[in-house]
Amino acid sequence: MIKPFTTETRRHRGNLLACLAFLCVLCVSVVNTGFAKEAAPLAQDEAAEKRLNAISSELRCLVCQNESLSGSNAELAHDLRREIRGMIQAGKSDSEIMEFMVSRYGDFVLYRPPLKGTTLLLWFGPALLFAVGVGGLFVFLRRRARAIDDTPLSDAERREAEKLLHSDESKS
Amino acid sequence: MNRFIWPLVGFVVLVALLAVGLKLNPREVPSPLVGKPTPAFALPKLGAMDQTFSPQDMQGKVWLLNVWASWCVSCRQEHPILVEIAKNKAITLVGLNYKEVRGDGGFDMDKISADTEKGMAVERASTWLKRHGDPYALSVVDLDGRVGIDYGVYGVPETYVIDKAGVIRLKHIGPITPDVFSGKILPLVAELNK
Repeated sequence: MIKPFTTETRRHRGNLLACLAFLCVLCVSVVNTGFAKEAAPLAQDEAAEKRLNAISSELRCLVCQNESLSGSNAELAHDLRREIRGMIQAGKSDSEIMEFMVSRYGDFVLYRPPLKGTTLLLWFGPALLFAVGVGGLFVFLRRRARAIDDTPLSDAERREAEKLLHSDESKS
Repeated sequence: MNRFIWPLVGFVVLVALLAVGLKLNPREVPSPLVGKPTPAFALPKLGAMDQTFSPQDMQGKVWLLNVWASWCVSCRQEHPILVEIAKNKAITLVGLNYKEVRGDGGFDMDKISADTEKGMAVERASTWLKRHGDPYALSVVDLDGRVGIDYGVYGVPETYVIDKAGVIRLKHIGPITPDVFSGKILPLVAELNK
């Protein structure tokens, strides 16, 4: 005998599905805790870490190229931060560390692009485009304003206009 | 006709910019090392880990330094071409085995000692070369990627063309394709060999 697909069957199935889904989520979350790594131990030297953060915020992660070196979780980012930490502990200055990175990876490794001949368009391009846009709008509006003819109507023209305007009234 | 001239000019300029810009690879980071001498290092040789190799050992020869690792998928892609290149006697290939164990991502490095890491790297690298062919005159092992940092390595594979005086002349990022080899690398090597 085939059981009809009643509302009750639907509800039972819905409950079963919900239970299954809950079980799946439970299983996955239990298994995933096994993959969570322990947080790295706090650094010994607080001042060094602060400097590392400051310096690496000014550098770019070359793997995730829109992130700074301080925020990135990429393998190379870990390596470079370790390298910079070593340099800080060795007493290198900020400019020496920046020089180290730029000499190996080029200007792109600086998170803030330097102001050079090659980056002038990058820095001032948007402002330039804005100025051109505003200028274009200005010219356009002025041309339109000039095209408006403000001379008043002559008598003949006024009579013509009034005839046209009053012609609807006589009809309705 | 005048009112259409500016939008038309704008359109043409846009098309020109796109024609140039869309052909560029935004992820490619040009190397500041091109034209500079190869950064010095002394790394152990795969196959004879008690011996070291330095770039100055290659003085007087035109050579390619190819950064590779067994966990790198793109390296598999370019490997047949490297094997072909190796048949050309004018080019010497030196492999830089980069972070063989650490770069894999599947190992908890806190649990692996330095010696274990060395042994694992040698085994993994040697097995890979045996399976896919060894185009390298020799490979050196850069376990922690420190030499890679000196060379501005930010991905694998990368290849450097170095001249007889030990100056880097070209850096190619990504796998070497037949076009890249015949179009860029081979002509450059021919010129450097003159």
